[in-house]
Amino acid sequence: MTTPSRHPGLNLGRAHPEAHHACEGLVFGFWVFMMSDLIIFGLLFANYVTQLDALAGGPGPKDLFEMKSAFIETMLLLTSSFTYGMAAYCLKYRNGRGALLFWLVVTLALGLSFIGFELHDFRVTIDKGGAPSQSGFASAFFGLVPLHGLHVATACLWMIVLIVQMLVYGLDTGVKTGLVRLGLLWHFLDIVWIGIFSLVYLGGLA
Amino acid sequence: MTLTHFLDIALGRLDWNALPFWDAIQTPDTLHIVNAAIVTAAASLVVLGALAVVVLLTRHGKWKVLWSEWLTSVDHKRIGIMFIVIALVMLARAIIEAVFMRTQQAFGLDGGFLLAEHFGEFFTTHGTIMIFFMAMPFLTGVINYVMPLQIGARDLSFPVMNSVSLGLTAAGAAIVMVSLVLTPFSTGGWSGYPPFTESSFNPGAGVDYWIWAVTLSSIGSTMTGINFAVTIYKERAPGMHLFRMPLFCWTALCTSILMIFAMPPLTVATALLALDRYLDFHFFTQDLGGDMMNYVNMFWLFGHPEVYILILPAFGVFSEVFSTFSGKRLYGYTGLVIATMVIAVLSFTVWLHHFFTMGQSPNVNVVFGIATMLIGVPTGVKVYDWMLTMFRGRVRVTIPMVYALGFITLFVLGGLTGILLANPSIDYQVHNTLFLVAHFHNMLVPGLLFGMLAAYNMWFPKAFGFRLEERWGYRAAYAWIVGFILAFFPLYALGLLGMPRRTVSFVEPAYLPWTIIAGFGALVILFALFSLAMQLWLSLRQRHANRVPVGDPWDGRSLEWATPAPVPEYNFPVIPEVFSRDAFMREKDLGQAYQRPAEYRDITMPANSALGPILTATGFLMAFGLVWYLWWLVLLAGGVSIAALIARSFVRKTTRIISAAEVRETHEAWLRQVAETRAVKRDQERDTSNRGLPAAPVSGAVQ
Repeated sequence: MTTPSRHPGLNLGRAHPEAHHACEGLVFGFWVFMMSDLIIFGLLFANYVTQLDALAGGPGPKDLFEMKSAFIETMLLLTSSFTYGMAAYCLKYRNGRGALLFWLVVTLALGLSFIGFELHDFRVTIDKGGAPSQSGFASAFFGLVPLHGLHVATACLWMIVLIVQMLVYGLDTGVKTGLVRLGLLWHFLDIVWIGIFSLVYLGGLA
Repeated sequence: MTLTHFLDIALGRLDWNALPFWDAIQTPDTLHIVNAAIVTAAASLVVLGALAVVVLLTRHGKWKVLWSEWLTSVDHKRIGIMFIVIALVMLARAIIEAVFMRTQQAFGLDGGFLLAEHFGEFFTTHGTIMIFFMAMPFLTGVINYVMPLQIGARDLSFPVMNSVSLGLTAAGAAIVMVSLVLTPFSTGGWSGYPPFTESSFNPGAGVDYWIWAVTLSSIGSTMTGINFAVTIYKERAPGMHLFRMPLFCWTALCTSILMIFAMPPLTVATALLALDRYLDFHFFTQDLGGDMMNYVNMFWLFGHPEVYILILPAFGVFSEVFSTFSGKRLYGYTGLVIATMVIAVLSFTVWLHHFFTMGQSPNVNVVFGIATMLIGVPTGVKVYDWMLTMFRGRVRVTIPMVYALGFITLFVLGGLTGILLANPSIDYQVHNTLFLVAHFHNMLVPGLLFGMLAAYNMWFPKAFGFRLEERWGYRAAYAWIVGFILAFFPLYALGLLGMPRRTVSFVEPAYLPWTIIAGFGALVILFALFSLAMQLWLSLRQRHANRVPVGDPWDGRSLEWATPAPVPEYNFPVIPEVFSRDAFMREKDLGQAYQRPAEYRDITMPANSALGPILTATGFLMAFGLVWYLWWLVLLAGGVSIAALIARSFVRKTTRIISAAEVRETHEAWLRQVAETRAVKRDQERDTSNRGLPAAPVSGAVQ
């Protein structure tokens, strides 16, 4: 095609000709993958909504969830989206690796603390009698929220791998295209979490 | 740690009961012995077949070739061929199972020779294999092979991911095959409805085999869909506008969009069912607030679009077949594209017609009933377009054309029964009877399978450089058509007589004549399978006589016919520029085909990767470990999978260069061959004088 249409979202720009070009198919493919992944989350949300009353005599949202830790988790994740945005700008406009590395490590730390808080939350939920074997509702909760956590954990692993590659190979095309895709995933997971926070936590505790 | 303790961990729940003949040793009556003999024979076939492959590979010293030229290859053409090999092997097994089922019902008045459990395994594996391990690999293989050539690309966008998709499908197929040796498989049907498939009713390994085989396949298909869609959007040759693509590419695009959106619901449904079974969740259980309707909705959110995932590529194949063998441009191209898109969209609005009887209000049923009937409209448009493509064309009744003509007639009949079933009040009468079984086989056998077999006959010479043998080819095609009619039309009658589907035996004598006719039809289909095997065998023996090295044996219209047969790894020495629909036909008409390009350049191709075969092995082992509770194996294989993925991300040299000199040499040798070859007219195309170079038609002929 003479005038290639670019993928939506932040791209690398003309300063990175090779990676900018290599990104095209990769990032477009990643958008498509996320559409597919969104179907999975959408179905689990739908399943959760249909199971809100399936308590089977067990505890419900008001007995199980705590606003405080859910709010902290939300803040951690939202901040991490901001710091990843900073990393993306460093990738696009800064020459060195230093600032980029800094923002990536901050993002990673925020992501890992999110997972830590979430694991703690799950522990509390189970201790309060909300284990998935308890009811259809508890199953629906543990089908939806930990899947998001699993995604965040995978994204953290990917970030570690990319950081190592950056240290080994420098900022080559592989690392750059990886960082652009990871960014998409990271913001995507943020949006999914906003859905979870609104529907599961705000909806459940309101 | 004692020995028993160690064995408990090492073997999980695997014990003697898993052996196919163990049951008969425990209960040695005639019925059990007959059934055990059948399963044991099948299991022996699997084991001996695997051994035979190993022995042959070793004797001919082909392990290295297999590894470096096939298993690790990321060439879309080789991957496509491997997909089709899986499909053909699985097709053979599933047809033999169907013959057993039809034979059982022919003798099924007050008994028969199959145990109910065994019959349940038969219809479950038959359905699961035909959908996930025959139809899906077959169409994926054909699209893999043909689509990049038709759009003028060198490969798919993500060649290594393509190899992984193949690997996951192969691992799923292997899981189904292993279930013959270490039994049982699920008895829950291909749709696996809970609560029957929950551990409270089905604690054994059977349902778990089904879950993991299907899950592997669904993940592989999602990746395939992404790969195809991105390729079509991003890798088209210059000038290949979307509305200049051959219709097969449009159907491939719609199918891949459907895969992207429709495979995830299946993954979710089977994954949640697995959570219920393994970790005591309550998504679909009968107690503690589980709701099986959530499963049914999710399964058919996948299941209905799946029907169109299966049928659309076949529509694309038939479009190519009708226009090629009528020597005419495809009639109503734009209408066919719009119809394809409309079908793809509507396919997401009808899933509820699979369970009209499961408790929603009449108003809801009516909405879905009308949406279902609407699909008949674009499909009707297609049928008329195909007929008008043949109208005033010079139709050659080749083997693909026999399949296509059988399809167009039988498919319309099947479609009419679909309109009947779309009416909820009629559905209430015939649901869960053999009428339904007759209907969906009527759609999928002529629709999907005939399409794939037509594609196999049409593009085989492209892939291997020689035409398929014709006598047995025609026999196979006619046997498929006749066998299909005999095997399935009686089921309509049986359904109207009230015979439930999935029953091992019956007490109503009125069923008997029909089940006997259907059993006879199954034997004709078995003959069709035998004919396919004979055709392939004789084709291999006659491969020198039937060579078509120039690569255009059928006077084709699209770009894949502009390449030699077999096609070189890089497809095109120089990426072609496209100016119209039917790009290659235009070149031939203008005398611009077989030109030497102005210059040859180095070509960058993706390098081989071991990731696909590694994930095949680990995927299989993880699934196997999960089925038999071999947790150490699950952890080990899972760890290796993650490690392999990370290691792959560290690989920096992912391409290799084919030098301009080599490209020039290959291409010029081929051009010399073209110059030396005598062109043949269309009516000689089935003759051994056909070397793949068609003569220009008489001037003034309808094109």
